[in-house]
Amino acid sequence: MFQPEYEAMDRGALERLQLERLNDMLTRVYGAVPMYRERFDAAGIAPRADSLEALADLPFTVKDDLRSAYPYGMFAVPLRDIVRVHSSSGTTGQVTVVGYTSGDIDRWSDLMARTLACAGATPDDVVQVTYGYGLFTGGLGVHYGAERLGCTTIPISGGNTKRQVQVLKDFGATVLACTPSYAVLIAETASEMGIDPRSLPLRAGVFGAEPWSENMRRQIEELFGITAIDIYGLSEVLGPGVASECSCQCGLHVNEDHFIIEIVDPATLRPVPDGERGEVVFTTLTKEGIPVLRYRTRDISRIVPGECACGRTFRRMERVSGRTDDMLIIRGVNVFPSQIEQVLAGIPGVAPHYQVVLTKRGSMDHVEVHVEVGPDVPFDEIKTLEALRTRVAAEIASALAVSIAVRLVEPKSIQRSEGKAQRVLDRRDEGSE
Amino acid sequence: MSSTGVTRGVSDPMIKQLTVFLENSPGRLAGLTRALGDAGVNMRALMVADTAEFGVVRIICDRPEVARAALEEAGFGVSVTDVLAVEVPDSPGGLADVLEVLGGIGVNVEYAYCYVEPGGTAAIDVFRVEDIARATDALRAANMRVLGPADVYAVGG
Repeated sequence: MFQPEYEAMDRGALERLQLERLNDMLTRVYGAVPMYRERFDAAGIAPRADSLEALADLPFTVKDDLRSAYPYGMFAVPLRDIVRVHSSSGTTGQVTVVGYTSGDIDRWSDLMARTLACAGATPDDVVQVTYGYGLFTGGLGVHYGAERLGCTTIPISGGNTKRQVQVLKDFGATVLACTPSYAVLIAETASEMGIDPRSLPLRAGVFGAEPWSENMRRQIEELFGITAIDIYGLSEVLGPGVASECSCQCGLHVNEDHFIIEIVDPATLRPVPDGERGEVVFTTLTKEGIPVLRYRTRDISRIVPGECACGRTFRRMERVSGRTDDMLIIRGVNVFPSQIEQVLAGIPGVAPHYQVVLTKRGSMDHVEVHVEVGPDVPFDEIKTLEALRTRVAAEIASALAVSIAVRLVEPKSIQRSEGKAQRVLDRRDEGSE
Repeated sequence: MSSTGVTRGVSDPMIKQLTVFLENSPGRLAGLTRALGDAGVNMRALMVADTAEFGVVRIICDRPEVARAALEEAGFGVSVTDVLAVEVPDSPGGLADVLEVLGGIGVNVEYAYCYVEPGGTAAIDVFRVEDIARATDALRAANMRVLGPADVYAVGG
Protein backbone atom coordinates (compact mmCIF):
# COMPACT_ATOMS: atom_id res chain seq x y z
CA MET A 1 0.00 0.00 0.00
CA PHE A 2 1.44 3.35 -0.99
CA GLN A 3 -0.55 5.46 1.52
CA PRO A 4 -1.97 3.09 4.15
CA GLU A 5 -2.89 6.04 6.36
CA TYR A 6 -5.62 6.80 3.82
CA GLU A 7 -6.14 3.55 1.92
CA ALA A 8 -6.83 1.55 5.10
CA MET A 9 -8.53 4.39 6.96
CA ASP A 10 -11.22 3.73 9.53
CA ARG A 11 -14.58 4.15 7.74
CA GLY A 12 -15.93 6.62 10.31
CA ALA A 13 -12.87 8.83 10.03
CA LEU A 14 -13.01 8.55 6.25
CA GLU A 15 -16.63 9.66 6.11
CA ARG A 16 -15.90 12.65 8.36
CA LEU A 17 -13.01 13.58 6.06
CA GLN A 18 -15.27 13.21 3.01
CA LEU A 19 -17.96 15.46 4.47
CA GLU A 20 -15.44 18.12 5.46
CA ARG A 21 -13.83 18.04 2.01
CA LEU A 22 -17.22 18.02 0.29
CA ASN A 23 -18.28 21.24 2.00
CA ASP A 24 -14.97 22.84 1.15
CA MET A 25 -15.47 21.82 -2.47
CA LEU A 26 -19.04 23.15 -2.58
CA THR A 27 -17.85 26.51 -1.26
CA ARG A 28 -15.14 26.66 -3.89
CA VAL A 29 -17.34 25.82 -6.89
CA TYR A 30 -20.13 28.14 -5.73
CA GLY A 31 -17.67 30.99 -5.45
CA ALA A 32 -15.70 30.40 -8.65
CA VAL A 33 -17.78 28.54 -11.25
CA PRO A 34 -20.71 30.55 -12.65
CA MET A 35 -22.58 27.44 -13.80
CA TYR A 36 -22.71 25.96 -10.30
CA ARG A 37 -23.63 29.26 -8.67
CA GLU A 38 -26.51 29.70 -11.14
CA ARG A 39 -27.68 26.15 -10.59
CA PHE A 40 -27.73 26.40 -6.80
CA ASP A 41 -29.37 29.84 -6.91
CA ALA A 42 -32.00 28.75 -9.44
CA ALA A 43 -32.93 25.73 -7.30
CA GLY A 44 -32.82 27.77 -4.10
CA ILE A 45 -30.32 25.33 -2.54
CA ALA A 46 -27.40 26.37 -0.37
CA PRO A 47 -23.99 25.04 -1.44
CA ARG A 48 -23.73 22.95 1.70
CA ALA A 49 -24.18 19.32 2.75
CA ASP A 50 -25.05 18.50 6.33
CA SER A 51 -24.41 14.82 5.73
CA LEU A 52 -23.05 12.64 2.95
CA GLU A 53 -26.61 11.49 2.25
CA ALA A 54 -27.53 15.10 1.47
CA LEU A 55 -25.30 14.90 -1.60
CA ALA A 56 -28.15 13.05 -3.36
CA ASP A 57 -30.18 16.29 -3.39
CA LEU A 58 -27.50 18.39 -5.09
CA PRO A 59 -27.39 19.02 -8.86
CA PHE A 60 -25.62 16.75 -11.34
CA THR A 61 -22.92 17.66 -13.82
CA VAL A 62 -23.03 16.10 -17.29
CA LYS A 63 -20.68 15.92 -20.23
CA ASP A 64 -22.62 18.63 -22.05
CA ASP A 65 -21.89 21.06 -19.22
CA LEU A 66 -18.20 20.66 -19.92
CA ARG A 67 -18.80 20.96 -23.66
CA SER A 68 -20.73 24.20 -23.24
CA ALA A 69 -17.96 25.54 -21.03
CA TYR A 70 -15.32 24.72 -23.67
CA PRO A 71 -12.49 25.34 -23.18
CA TYR A 72 -12.01 26.85 -19.71
CA GLY A 73 -15.48 27.81 -18.47
CA MET A 74 -15.63 25.25 -15.65
CA PHE A 75 -12.20 26.02 -14.21
CA ALA A 76 -12.41 27.04 -10.57
CA VAL A 77 -9.07 28.85 -10.43
CA PRO A 78 -7.51 31.53 -12.63
CA LEU A 79 -5.57 30.20 -15.61
CA ARG A 80 -2.32 31.39 -14.05
CA ASP A 81 -2.79 28.68 -11.38
CA ILE A 82 -3.34 25.94 -13.98
CA VAL A 83 -0.09 24.16 -14.80
CA ARG A 84 -1.42 21.60 -17.26
CA VAL A 85 -4.44 20.89 -19.42
CA HIS A 86 -5.66 17.57 -20.81
CA SER A 87 -8.61 16.85 -22.96
CA SER A 88 -11.03 13.99 -23.36
CA SER A 89 -10.40 11.62 -26.23
CA GLY A 90 -13.42 12.91 -28.14
CA THR A 91 -14.63 9.37 -28.89
CA THR A 92 -18.17 10.29 -27.92
CA GLY A 93 -18.48 13.81 -29.29
CA GLN A 94 -16.86 17.21 -29.00
CA VAL A 95 -13.74 17.25 -26.86
CA THR A 96 -13.72 18.71 -23.39
CA VAL A 97 -10.80 20.38 -21.66
CA VAL A 98 -9.72 19.84 -18.07
CA GLY A 99 -7.10 21.77 -16.09
CA TYR A 100 -4.80 20.83 -13.22
CA THR A 101 -3.11 22.98 -10.58
CA SER A 102 0.30 21.94 -9.29
CA GLY A 103 -1.53 20.59 -6.24
CA ASP A 104 -3.77 18.50 -8.52
CA ILE A 105 -0.74 17.04 -10.31
CA ASP A 106 0.82 16.23 -6.95
CA ARG A 107 -2.28 14.41 -5.68
CA TRP A 108 -2.77 12.67 -9.02
CA SER A 109 0.79 11.35 -8.82
CA ASP A 110 0.01 9.91 -5.38
CA LEU A 111 -3.18 8.29 -6.62
CA MET A 112 -1.43 6.68 -9.59
CA ALA A 113 1.38 5.52 -7.28
CA ARG A 114 -1.37 3.84 -5.21
CA THR A 115 -2.70 2.26 -8.41
CA LEU A 116 0.66 0.84 -9.42
CA ALA A 117 1.27 -0.37 -5.87
CA CYS A 118 -2.13 -2.11 -6.11
CA ALA A 119 -0.64 -4.11 -9.00
CA GLY A 120 2.26 -5.03 -6.73
CA ALA A 121 4.73 -2.56 -8.22
CA THR A 122 7.66 -1.31 -6.13
CA PRO A 123 10.67 0.92 -6.85
CA ASP A 124 12.36 -2.21 -8.19
CA ASP A 125 9.96 -2.34 -11.14
CA VAL A 126 10.43 -1.10 -14.69
CA VAL A 127 7.14 0.35 -15.98
CA GLN A 128 6.49 0.58 -19.72
CA VAL A 129 3.91 3.32 -20.22
CA THR A 130 2.21 2.40 -23.48
CA TYR A 131 -0.80 4.66 -22.95
CA GLY A 132 -0.69 7.62 -25.30
CA TYR A 133 1.14 10.71 -24.10
CA GLY A 134 -0.36 14.04 -25.01
CA LEU A 135 -3.80 15.48 -24.42
CA PHE A 136 -5.05 12.02 -23.38
CA THR A 137 -4.61 11.59 -19.61
CA GLY A 138 -3.40 7.98 -19.77
CA GLY A 139 0.27 8.38 -20.62
CA LEU A 140 1.27 11.25 -18.34
CA GLY A 141 -1.07 10.03 -15.61
CA VAL A 142 0.64 6.65 -15.31
CA HIS A 143 4.02 8.26 -15.90
CA TYR A 144 3.83 10.58 -12.90
CA GLY A 145 2.55 7.78 -10.68
CA ALA A 146 5.35 5.45 -11.73
CA GLU A 147 7.93 8.13 -10.98
CA ARG A 148 6.24 8.97 -7.68
CA LEU A 149 6.42 5.33 -6.64
CA GLY A 150 10.09 5.30 -7.65
CA CYS A 151 9.80 2.88 -10.56
CA THR A 152 12.04 3.04 -13.60
CA THR A 153 9.70 4.62 -16.12
CA ILE A 154 9.76 4.02 -19.89
CA PRO A 155 7.72 6.81 -21.58
CA ILE A 156 7.29 4.94 -24.87
CA SER A 157 3.67 6.08 -25.45
CA GLY A 158 1.38 4.11 -27.78
CA GLY A 159 1.91 2.79 -31.29
CA ASN A 160 4.64 0.99 -33.23
CA THR A 161 3.81 -2.41 -31.84
CA LYS A 162 6.99 -4.16 -32.94
CA ARG A 163 9.01 -1.53 -31.11
CA GLN A 164 6.80 -2.05 -28.03
CA VAL A 165 7.78 -5.72 -28.06
CA GLN A 166 11.45 -4.96 -28.62
CA VAL A 167 11.53 -2.46 -25.75
CA LEU A 168 9.61 -4.79 -23.42
CA LYS A 169 12.29 -7.36 -24.09
CA ASP A 170 15.43 -5.22 -24.28
CA PHE A 171 14.64 -2.79 -21.43
CA GLY A 172 13.35 -5.58 -19.23
CA ALA A 173 9.98 -4.01 -18.44
CA THR A 174 8.23 -5.75 -15.56
CA VAL A 175 4.97 -3.77 -15.61
CA LEU A 176 2.98 -2.84 -18.72
CA ALA A 177 0.36 -0.08 -18.81
CA CYS A 178 -1.95 0.11 -21.83
CA THR A 179 -5.49 -0.67 -22.99
CA PRO A 180 -6.40 -4.36 -22.69
CA SER A 181 -7.09 -4.71 -26.43
CA TYR A 182 -3.64 -3.31 -27.19
CA ALA A 183 -2.08 -5.76 -24.73
CA VAL A 184 -3.54 -8.61 -26.81
CA LEU A 185 -2.13 -7.07 -29.99
CA ILE A 186 1.31 -6.75 -28.36
CA ALA A 187 1.22 -10.44 -27.41
CA GLU A 188 0.18 -11.44 -30.94
CA THR A 189 2.88 -9.26 -32.44
CA ALA A 190 5.52 -10.74 -30.15
CA SER A 191 4.54 -14.23 -31.28
CA GLU A 192 4.75 -13.17 -34.93
CA MET A 193 8.22 -11.81 -34.25
CA GLY A 194 9.22 -15.19 -32.84
CA ILE A 195 9.28 -13.90 -29.24
CA ASP A 196 7.24 -15.93 -26.77
CA PRO A 197 5.31 -13.31 -24.74
CA ARG A 198 5.70 -15.54 -21.68
CA SER A 199 9.47 -15.28 -21.99
CA LEU A 200 9.34 -11.50 -21.41
CA PRO A 201 10.22 -10.30 -17.89
CA LEU A 202 6.75 -8.77 -17.45
CA ARG A 203 5.01 -9.73 -14.21
CA ALA A 204 2.07 -7.35 -14.02
CA GLY A 205 -0.06 -5.11 -16.18
CA VAL A 206 -2.36 -2.19 -15.39
CA PHE A 207 -5.03 -2.08 -18.04
CA GLY A 208 -7.89 0.34 -18.47
CA ALA A 209 -9.50 3.09 -20.58
CA GLU A 210 -11.97 0.66 -22.18
CA PRO A 211 -14.41 -1.93 -20.87
CA TRP A 212 -13.08 -5.48 -20.85
CA SER A 213 -14.21 -8.79 -19.50
CA GLU A 214 -13.02 -11.25 -16.88
CA ASN A 215 -12.31 -13.81 -19.60
CA MET A 216 -10.20 -11.30 -21.50
CA ARG A 217 -8.26 -10.69 -18.28
CA ARG A 218 -7.57 -14.42 -17.92
CA GLN A 219 -6.51 -14.55 -21.54
CA ILE A 220 -4.05 -11.66 -21.15
CA GLU A 221 -2.70 -13.21 -17.95
CA GLU A 222 -2.24 -16.49 -19.77
CA LEU A 223 -0.65 -14.91 -22.88
CA PHE A 224 2.04 -13.06 -20.93
CA GLY A 225 2.12 -15.04 -17.69
CA ILE A 226 1.31 -11.92 -15.63
CA THR A 227 -1.17 -10.51 -13.14
CA ALA A 228 -3.54 -8.15 -14.97
CA ILE A 229 -5.11 -5.36 -12.94
CA ASP A 230 -8.10 -3.31 -14.04
CA ILE A 231 -7.75 0.42 -13.49
CA TYR A 232 -10.38 3.09 -13.89
CA GLY A 233 -10.49 6.78 -14.47
CA LEU A 234 -11.84 9.48 -16.75
CA SER A 235 -10.44 12.86 -17.61
CA GLU A 236 -13.52 14.78 -16.40
CA VAL A 237 -12.93 13.43 -12.90
CA LEU A 238 -9.13 13.08 -12.95
CA GLY A 239 -7.79 10.62 -15.50
CA PRO A 240 -6.50 7.21 -14.45
CA GLY A 241 -6.22 6.92 -10.68
CA VAL A 242 -9.87 7.21 -9.70
CA ALA A 243 -10.16 3.52 -8.83
CA SER A 244 -8.03 0.42 -9.12
CA GLU A 245 -8.16 -3.26 -8.40
CA CYS A 246 -5.81 -4.71 -5.83
CA SER A 247 -4.20 -8.13 -6.13
CA CYS A 248 -7.49 -9.72 -4.97
CA GLN A 249 -8.98 -8.79 -8.37
CA CYS A 250 -12.44 -8.52 -6.87
CA GLY A 251 -13.54 -5.00 -7.70
CA LEU A 252 -11.81 -1.63 -8.00
CA HIS A 253 -11.10 0.31 -4.82
CA VAL A 254 -12.31 3.87 -5.30
CA ASN A 255 -9.95 6.46 -3.85
CA GLU A 256 -12.69 7.66 -1.55
CA ASP A 257 -10.59 10.23 0.28
CA HIS A 258 -10.57 12.18 -3.01
CA PHE A 259 -13.79 11.11 -4.72
CA ILE A 260 -17.29 10.21 -3.62
CA ILE A 261 -18.87 7.48 -5.71
CA GLU A 262 -22.61 7.12 -6.12
CA ILE A 263 -24.53 4.61 -8.22
CA VAL A 264 -27.81 6.00 -9.53
CA ASP A 265 -30.68 4.56 -11.49
CA PRO A 266 -30.20 6.07 -15.00
CA ALA A 267 -33.94 6.58 -15.31
CA THR A 268 -34.88 8.09 -11.93
CA LEU A 269 -31.39 9.43 -11.09
CA ARG A 270 -31.92 8.36 -7.47
CA PRO A 271 -29.13 6.42 -5.70
CA VAL A 272 -29.57 2.64 -5.72
CA PRO A 273 -28.63 0.40 -2.75
CA ASP A 274 -25.10 -1.03 -2.65
CA GLY A 275 -24.85 -4.07 -4.89
CA GLU A 276 -27.34 -2.87 -7.48
CA ARG A 277 -26.21 -1.86 -10.94
CA GLY A 278 -26.61 1.64 -12.26
CA GLU A 279 -24.79 4.66 -13.64
CA VAL A 280 -21.62 5.66 -11.83
CA VAL A 281 -21.53 9.24 -10.52
CA PHE A 282 -18.43 10.90 -9.08
CA THR A 283 -17.89 14.01 -7.00
CA THR A 284 -14.34 15.29 -6.73
CA LEU A 285 -13.36 16.37 -3.21
CA THR A 286 -9.88 17.78 -3.63
CA LYS A 287 -9.60 18.76 -7.30
CA GLU A 288 -8.75 22.47 -7.58
CA GLY A 289 -8.48 23.09 -11.32
CA ILE A 290 -11.83 21.70 -12.36
CA PRO A 291 -13.86 20.25 -9.51
CA VAL A 292 -17.00 18.38 -10.59
CA LEU A 293 -20.13 17.84 -8.54
CA ARG A 294 -22.02 14.57 -9.11
CA TYR A 295 -20.54 13.98 -12.56
CA ARG A 296 -22.56 11.42 -14.53
CA THR A 297 -19.98 9.12 -16.13
CA ARG A 298 -22.43 7.08 -18.26
CA ASP A 299 -20.46 4.02 -17.08
CA ILE A 300 -22.47 1.14 -15.73
CA SER A 301 -21.27 -0.58 -12.56
CA ARG A 302 -22.24 -1.41 -8.99
CA ILE A 303 -20.70 -1.28 -5.53
CA VAL A 304 -19.25 -4.64 -4.48
CA PRO A 305 -20.62 -5.25 -0.98
CA GLY A 306 -18.39 -6.36 1.86
CA GLU A 307 -14.79 -5.86 2.86
CA CYS A 308 -11.72 -6.69 0.82
CA ALA A 309 -9.06 -9.12 2.02
CA CYS A 310 -6.27 -6.71 1.06
CA GLY A 311 -6.93 -4.43 4.05
CA ARG A 312 -7.97 -1.38 2.04
CA THR A 313 -11.17 0.07 3.45
CA PHE A 314 -12.16 1.98 0.31
CA ARG A 315 -15.32 0.55 -1.20
CA ARG A 316 -15.02 -1.27 -4.50
CA MET A 317 -16.84 -0.72 -7.77
CA GLU A 318 -17.27 -3.69 -10.04
CA ARG A 319 -15.46 -3.55 -13.37
CA VAL A 320 -17.44 -1.33 -15.72
CA SER A 321 -19.81 -3.56 -17.67
CA GLY A 322 -20.63 -1.01 -20.35
CA ARG A 323 -21.66 2.51 -21.05
CA THR A 324 -25.16 3.85 -21.05
CA ASP A 325 -24.50 5.14 -24.58
CA ASP A 326 -22.89 1.91 -25.93
CA MET A 327 -25.85 -0.07 -24.81
CA LEU A 328 -27.67 -1.66 -27.72
CA ILE A 329 -31.30 -2.57 -27.45
CA ILE A 330 -31.77 -5.67 -29.56
CA ARG A 331 -35.38 -6.81 -29.80
CA GLY A 332 -36.02 -5.26 -26.43
CA VAL A 333 -33.00 -6.75 -24.66
CA ASN A 334 -30.24 -4.49 -23.33
CA VAL A 335 -26.90 -5.68 -24.72
CA PHE A 336 -23.44 -4.37 -23.88
CA PRO A 337 -20.58 -5.24 -26.26
CA SER A 338 -18.55 -6.38 -23.23
CA GLN A 339 -21.03 -9.23 -22.71
CA ILE A 340 -20.28 -10.49 -26.21
CA GLU A 341 -16.58 -10.28 -25.51
CA GLN A 342 -17.05 -12.33 -22.35
CA VAL A 343 -18.71 -15.09 -24.39
CA LEU A 344 -16.08 -15.08 -27.15
CA ALA A 345 -13.18 -15.25 -24.74
CA GLY A 346 -14.59 -18.52 -23.43
CA ILE A 347 -14.67 -20.25 -26.82
CA PRO A 348 -11.49 -21.83 -28.17
CA GLY A 349 -10.95 -21.21 -31.88
CA VAL A 350 -12.13 -17.64 -32.07
CA ALA A 351 -9.89 -14.63 -31.64
CA PRO A 352 -10.81 -12.07 -28.93
CA HIS A 353 -11.32 -9.53 -31.70
CA TYR A 354 -14.89 -8.85 -32.64
CA GLN A 355 -17.14 -6.14 -33.90
CA VAL A 356 -20.86 -5.61 -33.57
CA VAL A 357 -22.06 -4.32 -36.93
CA LEU A 358 -25.37 -2.53 -37.32
CA THR A 359 -26.88 -2.30 -40.81
CA LYS A 360 -30.27 -1.69 -42.38
CA ARG A 361 -32.16 -4.46 -44.09
CA GLY A 362 -35.07 -2.69 -45.64
CA SER A 363 -36.52 -0.66 -42.82
CA MET A 364 -35.27 -3.05 -40.13
CA ASP A 365 -32.11 -2.76 -38.12
CA HIS A 366 -29.91 -5.80 -38.53
CA VAL A 367 -27.30 -6.70 -35.92
CA GLU A 368 -24.44 -8.99 -36.69
CA VAL A 369 -21.42 -9.98 -34.65
CA HIS A 370 -18.27 -10.37 -36.70
CA VAL A 371 -15.86 -12.81 -35.15
CA GLU A 372 -12.39 -13.67 -36.34
CA VAL A 373 -11.48 -17.27 -36.90
CA GLY A 374 -8.49 -17.93 -34.64
CA PRO A 375 -5.11 -18.93 -36.04
CA ASP A 376 -5.33 -22.44 -34.60
CA VAL A 377 -8.65 -23.54 -36.05
CA PRO A 378 -8.27 -26.47 -38.45
CA PHE A 379 -10.51 -24.71 -40.96
CA ASP A 380 -9.88 -27.14 -43.77
CA GLU A 381 -13.34 -28.56 -43.30
CA ILE A 382 -16.48 -26.51 -43.75
CA LYS A 383 -18.22 -28.48 -41.02
CA THR A 384 -15.61 -27.33 -38.49
CA LEU A 385 -16.34 -23.73 -39.37
CA GLU A 386 -20.09 -24.23 -39.34
CA ALA A 387 -19.85 -25.92 -35.96
CA LEU A 388 -17.80 -23.02 -34.63
CA ARG A 389 -20.26 -20.46 -35.91
CA THR A 390 -23.20 -22.39 -34.49
CA ARG A 391 -21.49 -22.64 -31.12
CA VAL A 392 -20.70 -18.92 -30.98
CA ALA A 393 -24.28 -18.05 -31.90
CA ALA A 394 -25.69 -20.49 -29.36
CA GLU A 395 -23.48 -19.25 -26.53
CA ILE A 396 -24.27 -15.62 -27.29
CA ALA A 397 -27.98 -16.41 -27.36
CA SER A 398 -27.71 -18.24 -24.06
CA ALA A 399 -25.66 -15.53 -22.30
CA LEU A 400 -27.56 -12.52 -23.63
CA ALA A 401 -31.04 -13.98 -23.84
CA VAL A 402 -31.37 -12.75 -27.42
CA SER A 403 -30.13 -14.34 -30.62
CA ILE A 404 -27.76 -12.38 -32.82
CA ALA A 405 -26.46 -13.33 -36.26
CA VAL A 406 -22.81 -14.37 -36.24
CA ARG A 407 -20.46 -14.04 -39.18
CA LEU A 408 -17.01 -15.60 -39.22
CA VAL A 409 -14.47 -13.30 -40.78
CA GLU A 410 -10.89 -13.79 -41.88
CA PRO A 411 -8.12 -13.84 -39.29
CA LYS A 412 -6.74 -10.36 -38.59
CA SER A 413 -9.40 -8.67 -40.72
CA ILE A 414 -10.93 -6.66 -37.88
CA GLN A 415 -9.02 -3.46 -37.47
CA ARG A 416 -6.64 -3.53 -34.50
CA SER A 417 -6.60 -0.57 -32.21
CA GLU A 418 -3.63 1.05 -30.54
CA GLY A 419 -5.99 2.91 -28.24
CA LYS A 420 -9.63 2.25 -27.57
CA ALA A 421 -11.04 -0.59 -29.64
CA GLN A 422 -14.08 0.26 -31.73
CA ARG A 423 -16.48 -2.54 -30.89
CA VAL A 424 -19.65 -1.22 -32.47
CA LEU A 425 -19.73 -0.25 -36.12
CA ASP A 426 -22.88 1.58 -37.09
CA ARG A 427 -23.44 1.34 -40.84
CA ARG A 428 -27.16 2.04 -40.74
CA ASP A 429 -26.81 5.25 -42.72
CA GLU A 430 -24.87 3.57 -45.55
CA GLY A 431 -28.06 2.26 -47.16
CA SER A 432 -29.57 -1.19 -47.32
CA GLU A 433 -27.50 -4.30 -47.78
CA MET B 1 13.48 -35.52 -43.29
CA SER B 2 16.34 -37.73 -42.16
CA SER B 3 18.83 -38.97 -44.74
CA THR B 4 18.32 -42.49 -43.46
CA GLY B 5 14.56 -42.12 -43.33
CA VAL B 6 13.92 -45.49 -44.94
CA THR B 7 15.27 -47.33 -41.91
CA ARG B 8 12.70 -45.90 -39.51
CA GLY B 9 9.71 -47.30 -41.29
CA VAL B 10 8.05 -43.89 -41.52
CA SER B 11 5.32 -43.54 -44.05
CA ASP B 12 5.76 -41.85 -47.40
CA PRO B 13 6.01 -38.05 -47.45
CA MET B 14 2.55 -36.51 -47.56
CA ILE B 15 1.07 -34.27 -50.20
CA LYS B 16 0.53 -30.84 -48.66
CA GLN B 17 -2.65 -29.05 -49.60
CA LEU B 18 -3.17 -25.41 -48.64
CA THR B 19 -6.54 -24.33 -47.34
CA VAL B 20 -7.38 -20.64 -47.23
CA PHE B 21 -10.35 -19.19 -45.35
CA LEU B 22 -12.03 -16.48 -47.41
CA GLU B 23 -14.94 -14.19 -46.78
CA ASN B 24 -17.39 -14.03 -49.66
CA SER B 25 -16.53 -10.61 -50.95
CA PRO B 26 -15.54 -9.32 -54.36
CA GLY B 27 -11.86 -9.46 -55.18
CA ARG B 28 -10.73 -11.80 -52.39
CA LEU B 29 -10.06 -14.77 -54.68
CA ALA B 30 -8.32 -12.46 -57.14
CA GLY B 31 -6.13 -11.15 -54.32
CA LEU B 32 -5.29 -14.67 -53.25
CA THR B 33 -4.28 -15.85 -56.71
CA ARG B 34 -2.34 -12.65 -57.39
CA ALA B 35 -0.35 -13.16 -54.19
CA LEU B 36 0.53 -16.68 -55.37
CA GLY B 37 1.38 -15.44 -58.84
CA ASP B 38 3.66 -12.72 -57.51
CA ALA B 39 5.46 -15.33 -55.42
CA GLY B 40 6.05 -17.41 -58.54
CA VAL B 41 3.88 -20.26 -57.27
CA ASN B 42 2.31 -22.48 -59.91
CA MET B 43 -1.01 -24.05 -59.00
CA ARG B 44 -1.82 -27.62 -59.99
CA ALA B 45 -5.40 -27.65 -58.73
CA LEU B 46 -7.76 -25.21 -57.08
CA MET B 47 -11.12 -25.98 -55.54
CA VAL B 48 -13.52 -23.53 -53.90
CA ALA B 49 -16.06 -24.76 -51.36
CA ASP B 50 -18.47 -22.09 -50.30
CA THR B 51 -21.33 -21.39 -47.94
CA ALA B 52 -23.54 -18.31 -47.93
CA GLU B 53 -21.01 -16.25 -46.00
CA PHE B 54 -17.56 -17.66 -46.41
CA GLY B 55 -15.59 -20.11 -48.45
CA VAL B 56 -12.54 -22.25 -48.20
CA VAL B 57 -10.16 -22.50 -51.10
CA ARG B 58 -8.08 -25.66 -51.42
CA ILE B 59 -4.92 -25.52 -53.46
CA ILE B 60 -2.35 -28.00 -54.68
CA CYS B 61 0.72 -26.22 -55.99
CA ASP B 62 4.34 -26.77 -56.81
CA ARG B 63 5.80 -25.21 -53.64
CA PRO B 64 3.38 -25.36 -50.70
CA GLU B 65 5.70 -23.74 -48.13
CA VAL B 66 6.53 -20.79 -50.39
CA ALA B 67 2.83 -20.41 -51.15
CA ARG B 68 1.91 -20.52 -47.47
CA ALA B 69 4.45 -17.85 -46.55
CA ALA B 70 3.31 -15.61 -49.42
CA LEU B 71 -0.34 -15.92 -48.44
CA GLU B 72 0.33 -15.26 -44.77
CA GLU B 73 2.42 -12.26 -45.70
CA ALA B 74 -0.56 -11.00 -47.72
CA GLY B 75 -2.78 -11.37 -44.67
CA PHE B 76 -4.66 -14.58 -45.47
CA GLY B 77 -5.43 -17.29 -42.94
CA VAL B 78 -3.81 -20.47 -44.23
CA SER B 79 -3.74 -24.01 -42.94
CA VAL B 80 -1.88 -26.96 -44.40
CA THR B 81 -3.57 -30.33 -44.68
CA ASP B 82 -2.23 -33.73 -45.73
CA VAL B 83 -4.22 -35.24 -48.57
CA LEU B 84 -4.21 -38.44 -50.53
CA ALA B 85 -3.81 -38.36 -54.33
CA VAL B 86 -4.54 -41.31 -56.59
CA GLU B 87 -4.04 -41.62 -60.31
CA VAL B 88 -7.02 -43.27 -61.97
CA PRO B 89 -7.62 -44.07 -65.62
CA ASP B 90 -9.63 -41.32 -67.31
CA SER B 91 -12.44 -43.70 -68.14
CA PRO B 92 -15.93 -44.51 -66.77
CA GLY B 93 -15.88 -46.14 -63.33
CA GLY B 94 -12.33 -45.06 -62.48
CA LEU B 95 -13.29 -43.00 -59.44
CA ALA B 96 -15.87 -45.55 -58.28
CA ASP B 97 -13.17 -48.22 -58.12
CA VAL B 98 -11.09 -46.07 -55.78
CA LEU B 99 -14.03 -45.15 -53.55
CA GLU B 100 -15.10 -48.77 -53.27
CA VAL B 101 -11.68 -49.72 -51.94
CA LEU B 102 -11.86 -46.93 -49.36
CA GLY B 103 -15.42 -47.81 -48.42
CA GLY B 104 -14.42 -51.45 -48.13
CA ILE B 105 -11.96 -50.69 -45.32
CA GLY B 106 -14.31 -48.19 -43.62
CA VAL B 107 -12.38 -45.04 -44.50
CA ASN B 108 -14.64 -42.02 -44.71
CA VAL B 109 -13.95 -39.38 -47.37
CA GLU B 110 -14.41 -35.84 -46.01
CA TYR B 111 -14.15 -34.30 -49.46
CA ALA B 112 -12.64 -35.06 -52.85
CA TYR B 113 -11.87 -33.33 -56.12
CA CYS B 114 -10.16 -34.31 -59.34
CA TYR B 115 -8.07 -32.74 -62.02
CA VAL B 116 -6.59 -33.94 -65.27
CA GLU B 117 -3.00 -33.37 -66.25
CA PRO B 118 -2.58 -31.47 -69.51
CA GLY B 119 -2.26 -34.02 -72.31
CA GLY B 120 -2.57 -36.90 -69.85
CA THR B 121 -4.73 -39.95 -70.10
CA ALA B 122 -5.21 -40.36 -66.34
CA ALA B 123 -7.10 -38.21 -63.86
CA ILE B 124 -5.73 -37.33 -60.46
CA ASP B 125 -8.21 -37.66 -57.61
CA VAL B 126 -7.47 -35.85 -54.37
CA PHE B 127 -9.06 -37.12 -51.15
CA ARG B 128 -9.19 -35.88 -47.60
CA VAL B 129 -9.43 -38.94 -45.35
CA GLU B 130 -8.70 -39.50 -41.68
CA ASP B 131 -6.20 -42.32 -42.04
CA ILE B 132 -4.05 -41.69 -45.08
CA ALA B 133 -1.58 -44.49 -44.30
CA ARG B 134 -4.26 -47.17 -44.09
CA ALA B 135 -5.97 -45.88 -47.23
CA THR B 136 -2.64 -45.88 -49.07
CA ASP B 137 -1.91 -49.48 -48.14
CA ALA B 138 -5.35 -50.65 -49.21
CA LEU B 139 -5.19 -48.82 -52.55
CA ARG B 140 -1.73 -50.17 -53.32
CA ALA B 141 -2.88 -53.67 -52.46
CA ALA B 142 -5.60 -53.15 -55.07
CA ASN B 143 -2.90 -52.21 -57.60
CA MET B 144 -3.83 -48.56 -57.70
CA ARG B 145 -1.26 -45.83 -58.15
CA VAL B 146 -1.01 -43.64 -55.06
CA LEU B 147 0.96 -40.50 -55.81
CA GLY B 148 3.63 -38.80 -53.74
CA PRO B 149 4.47 -35.08 -53.52
CA ALA B 150 6.98 -35.29 -56.36
CA ASP B 151 4.26 -36.67 -58.64
CA VAL B 152 1.76 -33.89 -58.07
CA TYR B 153 3.85 -30.77 -57.40
CA ALA B 154 5.61 -30.75 -60.79
CA VAL B 155 3.80 -30.26 -64.09
CA GLY B 156 3.48 -33.48 -66.05
CA GLY B 157 4.39 -35.41 -62.84
